[in-house]
Amino acid sequence: MSLLKIENLHATIDDKEILKGINLEMGPGEIHAIMGPNGSGKSTLSYVLAGRDGYEVTEGSVTFKGKDLLELEADERANEGIFLAFQYPVEIPGVAGMTFLRESYNAKLRHHGEPEADAMQFLKMVRAKAKTLNMNDDMLKRPVNVGFSGGEKKRNEILQMAVLEPSLAILDETDSGLDIDALKLVSEGVNALRNEGRSMLIITHYQRLLNHIQPDFVHVLAHGKIQRSGGKELALELEANGYADFAEEAA
Amino acid sequence: MSATAETVDQVKDLTADKYKYGFSTEIEMEFAPKGLNEDIVRFISAKKEEPEWMLEWRLKAFRHWQTMEAPNWAKVGYPEIDYQDIYYYAAPKQAGDGPKSLDEVDPELLKTYEKLGIPLKEQELLAGVVAVDAVFDSVSVATTYKAKLTEMGVIFCSISEAVREYPELVKKYLGSVVPYSDNYFATLNCAVFTDGSFVYVPKGLRCPMELSTYFRINAENTGQFERTLIIADEGAYVSYLEGCTAPQRDENQLHAAVVELVTLDNAEIKYSTVQNWYPGDENGKGGIYNFVTKRGACRGANSKISWTQVETGSAITWKYPSCILQGDNSVGEFYSVAITNNAQQADTGTKMIHLGKNTRSTIISKGISAGKADNTYRGLVKVMPKAEGARNFTQCDSLLIGDRCGAHTVPYIESRNPSARVEHEATTSKISDDQLFYCMQRGLSAEDAVGVIVNGFCKEVMKNLPMEFAVEAQKLIGISLEGSVG
Ligand SMILES: Nc1ncnc2c1ncn2[C@@H]1O[C@H](COP(=O)(O)OP(=O)(O)O)[C@@H](O)[C@H]1O
Ligand SMILES: [Mg+2]
Repeated sequence: MSLLKIENLHATIDDKEILKGINLEMGPGEIHAIMGPNGSGKSTLSYVLAGRDGYEVTEGSVTFKGKDLLELEADERANEGIFLAFQYPVEIPGVAGMTFLRESYNAKLRHHGEPEADAMQFLKMVRAKAKTLNMNDDMLKRPVNVGFSGGEKKRNEILQMAVLEPSLAILDETDSGLDIDALKLVSEGVNALRNEGRSMLIITHYQRLLNHIQPDFVHVLAHGKIQRSGGKELALELEANGYADFAEEAA
Repeated sequence: MSATAETVDQVKDLTADKYKYGFSTEIEMEFAPKGLNEDIVRFISAKKEEPEWMLEWRLKAFRHWQTMEAPNWAKVGYPEIDYQDIYYYAAPKQAGDGPKSLDEVDPELLKTYEKLGIPLKEQELLAGVVAVDAVFDSVSVATTYKAKLTEMGVIFCSISEAVREYPELVKKYLGSVVPYSDNYFATLNCAVFTDGSFVYVPKGLRCPMELSTYFRINAENTGQFERTLIIADEGAYVSYLEGCTAPQRDENQLHAAVVELVTLDNAEIKYSTVQNWYPGDENGKGGIYNFVTKRGACRGANSKISWTQVETGSAITWKYPSCILQGDNSVGEFYSVAITNNAQQADTGTKMIHLGKNTRSTIISKGISAGKADNTYRGLVKVMPKAEGARNFTQCDSLLIGDRCGAHTVPYIESRNPSARVEHEATTSKISDDQLFYCMQRGLSAEDAVGVIVNGFCKEVMKNLPMEFAVEAQKLIGISLEGSVG
């Protein structure tokens, strides 16, 4: 059974149609990459899946773990196992990273009818995971994303993902703004989270991330539709030819 | 329906029940006749078995009050109060006068306080233990840990008891910070104050317990006029907490308290309030009018007074805890979180009056408005000619939730000494959709997301609260903002 099934998905923002019939099916443990030119609707797709207000689905369906995903609120989707690593992580002044993680983690536990985590054990678990991402205690005490460099913000997203252990992670341009060292660190973090139960949807403009995180499938999104799908060799082809092939007439 | 819109609807259904302290206690009460005149003032004084000088002071205040007019400069609106339509004294029948030992307190009252989360019992003296003075309408019904405190030389009792038992201290300090003619509501309080707490910490003692007073308005159509007086003698330290709730009623109720603090040389008072009076319903019906005068005098050199307040309740809050920095090198602090939701109005801030040399003050104010509420910070920093080297730092931040509420900042600065440094910073921000979505994507409900974001916004103030209070205050912030997103 597939983990996620998107069928003929149409979505609008302010009555402007951005997604124009997306079809995509992902099995458990699979890594899919979505590539496409700027403005093609990649982030929009991630927001629609995550349930952001203001994005209206006008047609089609999304099934996640056999349930109608579009019925659920954003927080319910998160607690059911959907995680979005943001292209632009948001600052939350005054809220320590550790506090935020604990709130999120406990929200998920509550959602599944489980008792809240033991504070000490939770702290230990987070510290261990942070260490592998080269994040020290100081970063966990600082307010969420406030004053973080681009690389630190992205690492923080991956840490949250590591703690929340989603079954579907959507990574929106996690590579953008990273230098080569930071890219390696983040990729290693993501690779460490790969397992047969966890699927990932990796959104990227460039193929360089895919050198570090090997996808099972690559899809090209342009003009609100998946224009082509293939294996990881498709990413290399795009790297060579650019997105010119998917200019307006292809739409 | 969008996530937030739906949440708002769900929460709206709950609003009526959300004030969990809105219950009332069935207990036989004794009232003074309704209305206000000299006889009522005499009635209250007689009930309290006060000495003549106290009655005279009350009458002087009452006569002065009759010549005064209600202030109208605050940015709050409410129908004129009919002072003849209020009870000025309401007491549980059996309470008699002054608190008794805990075994004698009416079980119905003990139950009430337990329900409010304030168990009136004494445990072993451990760190974090809080001594409580419980005021129920017009009388103090119990004070815990009194014996232990007395052993150390700390006086902690109801003000009524202090007037009888420690007249010299009361005479010396009562009205010395807030004079009887100070302002309309304070003057009214001088005439009709019923109960409140009295604290005296002797020379050189760091009071090892937090002291606290818990005010409960229960009776209908009753004003609460409490009076608190705290004195920290040379080198003494005390941390004092104040909490308050009231039943949910359709009529507005008046609460006009006066709090006076005095620190002598090298003394420190830390005064924390979590104010959670019934705020009225979402349409502004009912709720407490909280018109309070709080002022501290740093009389001694190197002394310090620190006000921390978390104001979440009341229909109207009108309150400016202030510091008069008389002693050289004395320090005044004001940390405030004021939350208004639905139809609540708050006009709050502080006054820092620098008289002594090298006096320093810090003001951190966090105003949060939601619904169609109004929230005003009003502050005065005044540096007098002799306050050589005085310094003030003020920061006022406002957070708006939704687009029907208002935030206003009214800072007055008067510096009459050229060596003084006064700094003021102000910001206004909104909870962004980005922040809300980010939190919800991490699994937080819309309500919890707002709670987390607002608590972050208030962090600098909240960290000044004693531990036991901070947790409660954090929850309260979440509760008082329910229904605010959308
Ligand atoms: N809030 C919005 N209102 C109107 N149009 C928007 C909004 N957000 C994005 N768009 C438009 O939607 C299209 C897709 O944007 P986006 O999903 O961010 O693309 P990508 O992530 O692929 O670069 C773009 O044309 C963009 O201008
Ligand atoms: Mg994008």
